[in-house]
Parts: sequence; C-alpha cells; structure tokens
Amino acid sequence: MKIGVFICHCGENISRTVDCPRVAETCEKIPGVEFSIDYKYMCSDPGQKLIKDAVEIHKLDAIVVGSCSPNMHERTFRSAAVAAGINPFLVEIANLREHCSWVHEDVESATQKAIELVRMAVEKVKRDKPLSKIKVPVTKRVLVIGGGIAGIQAALDVANAGYDVVLVEKEPSIGGHMSQLSETFPTLDCSQCILTPRMVEVNQHPRIKLLTYSEVEKIEGFIGNFKATIRKKARHINEDICSGCGQCVSKCPIKKKAFSSFEEGLAYRPAVYIPFPQAVPNIPVIDESVCTYYRNGKCGMCVKACDRQAIDFDQKDTMMVADVGAVIVATGYKLYSIGKQPLGSKYKGYGEYGYGKYKDVIDGLQFERIASASGPTSGEIKRPSDGKEPKKIVFIQCVGSRDPAKGISYCSKICCMYTAKQAMLFRHKVHDGEAYVFYMDIRAGGKMYEEFVRRAIEEDHVNYIRGRVSRIYEENGKYIVKGEDTIAGVPVNIDADMVVLASAMIPHDNAPGLAQKVGIPYDKYGFYNESHPKLKPVESTTAGVFLAGACNAPRDIPESVAMASAAASKAIILFSSDSLEREPVVARVNEDLCAGCFYCRKVCPFGAVEVRDIKDMNGVVYKEVAYINQGVCQGCGTCTATCLSKSIELAGFNNEEIFAEIAAL
Amino acid sequence: MADAGLTYGYFPGCSQKGSAREYEMSLLKVAGKLGIDLKEIDDWSCCGATSAHATNHRLANALAMRNMLLAEQQGLETLVAPCAACFNRLITTKAECRNHPESKKDVEELLSASVSNTTSILNVIDLFDKASNGLIGSGRVRDMKGLKAACYYGCLLVRPPELIDTDDSEQPDSMERIVKATGADVVEWNYRTECCGAAHSISRRDIVVDLSKRIIDDALMHGANVIIVACPMCHTNLDMRQRVMRRMYPSHKEIPVLYLTELIGLSLGFTESELGIDLHYIRFNMPNEIMNQTAQA
Repeated sequence: MKIGVFICHCGENISRTVDCPRVAETCEKIPGVEFSIDYKYMCSDPGQKLIKDAVEIHKLDAIVVGSCSPNMHERTFRSAAVAAGINPFLVEIANLREHCSWVHEDVESATQKAIELVRMAVEKVKRDKPLSKIKVPVTKRVLVIGGGIAGIQAALDVANAGYDVVLVEKEPSIGGHMSQLSETFPTLDCSQCILTPRMVEVNQHPRIKLLTYSEVEKIEGFIGNFKATIRKKARHINEDICSGCGQCVSKCPIKKKAFSSFEEGLAYRPAVYIPFPQAVPNIPVIDESVCTYYRNGKCGMCVKACDRQAIDFDQKDTMMVADVGAVIVATGYKLYSIGKQPLGSKYKGYGEYGYGKYKDVIDGLQFERIASASGPTSGEIKRPSDGKEPKKIVFIQCVGSRDPAKGISYCSKICCMYTAKQAMLFRHKVHDGEAYVFYMDIRAGGKMYEEFVRRAIEEDHVNYIRGRVSRIYEENGKYIVKGEDTIAGVPVNIDADMVVLASAMIPHDNAPGLAQKVGIPYDKYGFYNESHPKLKPVESTTAGVFLAGACNAPRDIPESVAMASAAASKAIILFSSDSLEREPVVARVNEDLCAGCFYCRKVCPFGAVEVRDIKDMNGVVYKEVAYINQGVCQGCGTCTATCLSKSIELAGFNNEEIFAEIAAL
Repeated sequence: MADAGLTYGYFPGCSQKGSAREYEMSLLKVAGKLGIDLKEIDDWSCCGATSAHATNHRLANALAMRNMLLAEQQGLETLVAPCAACFNRLITTKAECRNHPESKKDVEELLSASVSNTTSILNVIDLFDKASNGLIGSGRVRDMKGLKAACYYGCLLVRPPELIDTDDSEQPDSMERIVKATGADVVEWNYRTECCGAAHSISRRDIVVDLSKRIIDDALMHGANVIIVACPMCHTNLDMRQRVMRRMYPSHKEIPVLYLTELIGLSLGFTESELGIDLHYIRFNMPNEIMNQTAQA
C-alpha cells in the first residue's frame, strides 16, 4: 500500500507552533509512506489539486492529511480523494490544529506531537477498508405534530411540494395560539384574518390528512421509515355525518360548568362545543367530564337537536398507524402560570401579583381574547370582574422570564413586542385610557420592531417605566401597583383598573413525554434541542425528525413560519431520492460470536439494536442475537465498547485499526 | 399532653432576654403546656445579625455557626430561633457553608472546630405549623373568636425564597393556619410581607414610622382588631412606634400587636400577665366573647 501524507499549515494556525516542513520530511520515512508534502492551505483548490496530482503521479492507495479537525474538512479531503479515484474511507485526518498547535506553545514538542499524530493516522489508514454508503428506502410522507401556525405552514409546504402529510393536533381544532390573538405586531393585521385561510387550505388539501383531537402515542423506526401510532380521541360525534350546523351546541343545557380554554377561562362553553366559530374542522366535541349523559344517562338534548343522528355517546378512542419518512414536531408553547404554584413545581409563582386572586390581573393571552373581535367582550376592552371599561391599565413585562429566582433564566422574546401592541390597542380603543408598561429592557430586534415600540411610546403615548413591580394589591376597587422607576430612582405607585402580566413562554407540561415518544432530546425547561444552534436549527439530533416553532424556544409568528418552511424543505430534501444514502460508519454484529445478552440494546441511545432469531434447518429458533439496524445506527460505538464477547464491530473504527493507532504511539 | 417528649434546642438571641422578653415568656409557657421541651443551648452568643453581617461577612458567619455548633455539641438536632433575624442569619450561614466548601472551611478555622452543619433551624411559625401540628387545637381551652387577626410576616421569616421552605414567599399562609387553630378569624389584607423598616428604627425613625403606619392602616382598613407577629423587630416597630404615630398623626387609630405565641398562650388559657401582654405599649383588650368564656370556665 502506498500512502501519501499531506501536512497543512492552515495559514499560520498550525505552522506558528508546528514546524510543518519538518513534519512532512520526517513522516516520509514512516514505512508505507510513499510521498509527503506540506502546503499553506491544503483545503484550497490548489491544495486539493496537489493531493489529486500526487495520487496520480505516485499511484497512492490511501491518504493522511495533517490539518484541522475532521469536523471541518474531512468531507473536503474525502471528496478530493474520490475525485482522484480513492475510496473516501481510505482517508485519515490527523488533527494538528485543535489537538496540537492551538493548545501548545513550545514549537519543538508540538512538532514532535504532530509527527506522532500523523504516525498514528498512517498506521490506521494501512488497516482501513474501503466502505461504501448504505442505502435505505424512504417513505415519502411526513407526520406533522401540532396544528398551530408552525405545523400548518410545514404541512402546507410539504403538501404543496407533492408529498403526503399527516397532521396531528391534540385540540378539537387546528389554529393553535395564533387563532386566539387579536392583532399581530408590527403591522396590526388581524391574526385570524391571516390565519383562517391557511386553516381552511389545510382542511381542503388533498394531500393532507388532518387528525384533530388526536395524539401521538408512539413512534418507532428510523429516518425514512417511521411508524407512528396515533390515538384519535372520541369526540362522541360522527365526523362523517356531522355538518357542523351547531344545533347541538346551542341546545346543550350545560351553560356554566366548563370554562372555554380557547377564551382562556374568560367565558364558559357548553358540554358539547366547537372551540371557536372558525374552527377547523367545524365539528363539535362532547366533554364527558361535564356532560349530563355521562353522569346519569339522561338529557340527550343534543341527540334530539341533531337531525343527522351524528351524536354517538358510545364512540371510543381509536388507534391508527401511519408510515412516514420524516417527522416535524411543532407542538408550541404554553404560558407560565403566574399565580401560586403547586407544591413541588420547579417554578415559583408570583403570589405578590395576585394572579388568580384578583380577577382583573390577567395574562397576555387573556388580554388578547379581550381585545379580539371574536372574544368574550366582542373586542371591547372590559374588565373581567365587573365588565367596566378600564381607564388605566398597567402592563408588566418579564413576568417569569429572565428571573432565575422564579425558575426561568431565559428571555421569552415576544413579550416586549406584544405588550407594546396591547398597550397600543388599548389606547386605540379607549381614547381617554392611560397605559403604563413596566419593563426591564426593551428587546425589539426584528424588522420594523423597534419602530413599532417607538410608535407606541411617541404616537400612542404609552408610558414606559423602566423597573420592576414588587406587589399588586386591591384597595377601594383599584389595583395598587407598587413598582420602581429605576431611571428616576423613585418608587412608583399606580392605581390601575386592570393589570396585564406578560408571562413567560414555557413548553407544554407533556413536552418531555412527547420527546421520549419521538426520541428527541430536550433542555432543562422541556424545549426540544436543535442539532446545532447555528447550522442545524431545525434538525433534531435524531435523523429525520425536524423542529418548528416555539417547541424549540420562544418564537414569534414570523420565526415560527420560517422555521416551519425550513423544516418542510428538510423533509422535502429527504424525499428527493427514492433511497437515502447513509454514512457506512455503523456497527455490525458478528452473529456467530454474539451470545444474545443484549447489553448493547440497553445502552444504544438511538434504539438501533433489534433482536434477530437464528433458525436451524427446520426453521426452529435456536438462538437470539443482536441485530443493528443500519438505518438507525449513528456510529457512536457505545455498543462496541459494551459488548462482552467483542462481537460488535464499528466499521471504520474496528479494534485492529484502533490498536494499531495506539501501538504507533 | 398528647404528643409529649419533643425536645428542641432553643436559641433565644439577644432580644428574647431584653426588648422582647414577653416573646420568650409566652414561648416558654406555650411550649411547656404543649409538651415541647425547649432546651436553651448553653453558652450561646450573638447570631451575627445586622451590625456583624453589615460589616464583616466572616464574623457574621462564624457567630451564627458557633451557635449551631453548640447545639450540635450539646446533642440538639433541631434549633428553634424565635427571632426572625436570628433565624435568617442561621439559615443563611448554613446554606452558605453547605454550598461553598471554602466558606465552611473558613468558619471551621475561625471556630477551631469542625462542624457537620446538619442542625435543622426552625422559626416559631415552623415550630407550631410543622413540628407540633394539631397540638394547639387539642390543648385549646379558649376559643379566640372575636379576634380579627392580621397576620404579619414581615420580611425575614419568608425570604429569601431559595432558602425558605414555604409554599409562597409572597403569599404565605402558614401563620394564618396557626391563628385559625386558636379560633381567631384572619383578615385578608395587603401588607403581610411588606417591610416595617426593621433596624432603621434607631437611625431613621421617620422612615420606620411611615412604613409601619402603612402596615397598621392597611390592617385596620381590612377590619383587623389585632396584628399578629413572630419577630421582635416587627413588634417593636408596630407596637412601640404607635406612640410616635399618635403624636405625628392625631387621627391615628391604635391597634394592639401580639406575638403569635401570646395568642396561642391565650387560647391555651394563660393570663395576659403570664404571657407578658401587659408589657406592650398598646393595650390589648380581650374581646367580650372571649372574656365571657373565661368566666364560664
């Protein structure tokens, strides 16, 4: 075997502390090395040409490059090798930058270390075997979890590209939080007006299968080949027959037993209900917990009201399975509950603000409902306690956010903007109203965002006070807001009629549970982790599972939509060929040696290890062994290290290769 | 008594022996009646409050730890510190030594002893809410109904939240639970955890009078006829400073201020002078309903 060694200076990054010409010169003497050279930028076009020419002239079989981390340019040099006719897995990188020049000062010893690193790589490459990429088939269908704006956008993009989509939403209607909003910053266009056409489009799209009031039970399989089990919760309404006329809803005698979650608890809903007029699908749900029929078998007013016999009290949850090639998770957020927290909660509430105790201390989403034309007050700003028009509203930003003492360190990002918007809407609707905003900083990064906040201050005369509020209490029908103006350095007391708390965005309570079902990691708050914070923002670390919207971190609408389209395009890229090519660096089990202890199965973080039956001539199972699914394996090597009988081998990193490296030291 | 045999270390601190001696009188009476054995730790010293912790962090830590060490050496696993400032100093030092090994080492060097730092610290609310739950009800001989109590926590009994094991530092309700057990009514009011001005009582009386008057006025506005406290400093500011309030604001309406232990003591049948209530500046008149009960008894 003829090996070529190529030592890169990386400008001065390596050559400042490593004597590169000497490394090249010394390494030429290693047995098996046919040719060795150093060059200023091996990754540049001339550098790569140098490699290709050397392969041709010296008839090289394998290459060692002494350069930066393989994370940076392994791909570059493998491509150069392929262009020169060498198998890409006969290329080894000796990391002379991160592992050597950057972390050492003494030239002499750094140069010695560089030589040793190259020697190790040479010994490994001698034993490397050519590998070829693995092909796995792809099911060209996407599962989108969550029917908020992110899920809707992702579903539409994938479907419009010509692929099938299964969209699963746990609520009776799609639309998510965006359907609850009044107007949106920074343009003040009506949220529902821009959202509902998309909702309708989803419902009518021939390529989208919409499953509302449904939840993902489990997901098995791997990229290109997932199998999702979905629970369709019983609506107790036959969806095929129901016309959405709403007769059952209006006849339901249960009027004041259940709060509407769509109205954020500001209004009641009947036992059989459609969450809001523009709901998609426009099919009601019967809430068993308050319906009289489920208590004593009586009532049945809805059955009498329905002339299509669509009410089905006996309907049960059903399970269905969907084969999909990719999953887009877009499960969104919920608001931090500001009042007293249950014992054992990881968050400390804001008892001092009296949320839950004072009816007119509300959160941001509740204000959205009050300001919304479709809301409980038809868009007139009225207090929940007595229905009077508040003349003085105090808005408090960063309630929960940026407050490690209460359990959350991060900025929720959208609150500065929606508070400015809400204060503005209040001033537009109540002309003699006064709006005060307590803020820590105003974070208005975004197109037209800063201008929007300035408009609230300058044109709509919203009073911005920099400082925190220490307490809110009721006195003679007013809410006394005690705060501090930290710019003037004085305490401030405002007797408000209503207080709006911009509470933090947090993941849903069951976010970790869903993450475990899907097999994706999440952070300490429950937000789903992206694969790389800069370069892979919509990929989860599990191949084939993508993220969109606020399930990943606090996001506003434009960001959620952009993420959703990005996630959709990642899925579409996946579907651009009929089979997927995977790196061949995967583990394989020697079935003759495997004792079937399945320790590997316990340690595999990706669930790649399966059980395979070994049968005798008569078809009788006489042994169970581990089998590693090539589509799922990520080549981490954990099983290899765990295997007691040494019967698992990681391609490209087998024992012989690794021991040869160590022996060369 | 039902659940006799509870033994706790007792760390009085300076106020229990001086300005708040009625707090100690009532605490010891009530504890004795409820079968709680409070064993005063031998050779206790200053807890390191205010003057020490405002000037020398290490000194403050060493003083607090010295008392916890004494408890440890005298075989007392739990230490009751009735004064809110003592309580706060002890838990703060304990937490610092637990979280920062270098602070623990420093304190150990200053004390020339090694400390296990395992002593549990209770304030009076903890003592009656957690440690002797149910005892008050069973020993009650008087129903304190007719009293409309404003439970005042002040600052140090419920803060900082990361060190205090409470359901909510800003809206606590442990003292209310105890007060209800005596039969008294509790009022909903707004200033339960606001600052009374604390040690500024000496240097800036004007501030303290202002802050304390707000607390008193809010309690009165919400219908209280007594304020219940569990801190000697709060008591001083709310009780003694009412004389100044009366001079500065002729319309000032007075309200008696009782220690939590005094209220419990009354419900257990002790007389006002046994509990030291007659030592207060603002006279406490027992409502007639309660007086009548006593006559019947």
